[in-house]
Amino acid sequence: MMQADLTVILPEIVLAVYAMLALIGAVYSSRDDLAPALVWLTTAVMAGLAVWIATGTGGTRIAFGGMFIDDGFARFSKVAILVSAAVVLVMSQDYMSRRGILRFEYPILVALTSVGMMVMVSAGDLMSLYMGLELHSLALYVVAALRRDNVKSTEAGLKYFVLGALSSGLLLYGASLVYGYAGTTVFAGIVQTVSQDDLSLGLLFGLVFLISGIAFKVSAVPFHMWTPDVYEGSPTPVTAFFATAPKLAAMAMLARILYDAFGGISGDWGQVLALLSLLSMFLGAVAGIAQRDIKRLMAYSSIAHMGYALMGLAAGTEFGVQAMLIYMAIYITMNVGTFAFILMMERDGRPVTDIRALNLYARREPGKALAMLILLFSLAGVPPMLGFFGKFYVLRAAYEGGLIWLAVAGVIASVIGAFYYIRIVYYMYFGDEGEELDTRSSPALWGALMACAAAMILGIVNMFGVEAAAAAAAATLVN
Amino acid sequence: MEELLREYLPILVFLVVAVGLGLVLILAAVVLAVRNPDPEKVSAYECGFNAFDDARMKFDVRFYLVAILFIIFDLEIAFLFPWAVGFKDMSDAGFWSMMVFLAVLTVGFAYEWKKGALEWE
Repeated sequence: MMQADLTVILPEIVLAVYAMLALIGAVYSSRDDLAPALVWLTTAVMAGLAVWIATGTGGTRIAFGGMFIDDGFARFSKVAILVSAAVVLVMSQDYMSRRGILRFEYPILVALTSVGMMVMVSAGDLMSLYMGLELHSLALYVVAALRRDNVKSTEAGLKYFVLGALSSGLLLYGASLVYGYAGTTVFAGIVQTVSQDDLSLGLLFGLVFLISGIAFKVSAVPFHMWTPDVYEGSPTPVTAFFATAPKLAAMAMLARILYDAFGGISGDWGQVLALLSLLSMFLGAVAGIAQRDIKRLMAYSSIAHMGYALMGLAAGTEFGVQAMLIYMAIYITMNVGTFAFILMMERDGRPVTDIRALNLYARREPGKALAMLILLFSLAGVPPMLGFFGKFYVLRAAYEGGLIWLAVAGVIASVIGAFYYIRIVYYMYFGDEGEELDTRSSPALWGALMACAAAMILGIVNMFGVEAAAAAAAATLVN
Repeated sequence: MEELLREYLPILVFLVVAVGLGLVLILAAVVLAVRNPDPEKVSAYECGFNAFDDARMKFDVRFYLVAILFIIFDLEIAFLFPWAVGFKDMSDAGFWSMMVFLAVLTVGFAYEWKKGALEWE
């Protein structure tokens, strides 16, 4: 019994034990030069786990009396989380060690937050969900304030912590209401008490509070206030991490709780998600226009993108979940590439985040500028880049789910949002003469930028099999 | 339901009395007391001396560190106590869960010790 349960969560145990051993090993070796080696070791462990999960046994396994679910949906999310976390870790190494902020705790905290995210996407119970969420958040609060002698970084960490605690409070309040009215915290039990005909008001309140708490984590409007400040204040590699894996984990967790626990009332939560989606798309598109700081701009960009991903979920269909997963996979790839570029933006060895510093960048660095152009067009959703197909999927899901007004609004918001992406392209190709940026680049960053840009073009052939995998994952969740 | 609520009646009575008595005492001070303030009377009392300096002084950040470390082990006790009370009726899984929890906590403790968080200077 116990043995079988433990086999199901073996990947999580391996990563958690690795993180603890690495922590003790690193702190007792008393050597300062250990951090780069630990980054590579953590990357190798996470990549190995991703391969293990991807090639492991199929089917759905349930452990600990329904608290932990290992199914196709969880495996898809876990592989995406681990791969993106590993890639971001590799990208951070050069940037951080040159600025003296690469401590050995950083890779260990990333490993621990990945354990939390893996538990989040596999949670089959409100308690294991909250445990995973907190493990993931606590590690993230610390990495946001990694540059602790810098005012902006500590402010980012504190702001994220306070608002994260608030969102945890909302989520817990919702969870206690759900427990009070459903009588159980297991999703499989909640779904039996939730039905369309006699939905108690308490359960509905609980559901809305749960969604609000998770909306903080995915930074959907009106719970987005922390995003620009935290993105701006955190060290850039940490911002790159914030923009990728945690977003997918929170989205997957939201999908699981909605389908596994509240699958019977998709009409009710569909409206809430549709509203969140509409607000996020428009605020992300409009507020981004005023931003000159590329990190703040990416924050508003991610708010808008979360709006599109929520549109897929709001449709309430199996195809909607598939569209959300595909959208998130494409979103992560685009963001990894874009942040690889942002990490290379520096002048005299100091990081630069003003987009006007990119004036006539294409003349000096045609290759990198072209890659960034492809990524920005893809973020804006210009065909034939892969980002267009991501938007196409969620718009189709919304259309088929009967949310035609939302799909139309999504198209309008994407046209507005395209402005600020294309403005960067304008600066790079037609801007005025100005101070030049350094041409230095590290192999890891250059490789990540080029690989992601290439994926945006080559992916339109068959999406590297992500489409089929997402369809299988969505099928296991919805049925 | 009626029966259940009746059991809580003493608590309700107690709450009413507590709130009522509190209000009476505060209001009595407002209504009955003789008030005749002057600067000496309203200043902070410091053993008969004039106040030395501002009460809002800076605390050493190390106090906070100690407080945070204390909380961790305080919560550990809160977790261990019911475990110890129910120890007789516990399965192997219950025993080993707590052992794993303590081991994880020990990892954190070893880390903070080696990092020097327990040393004052």
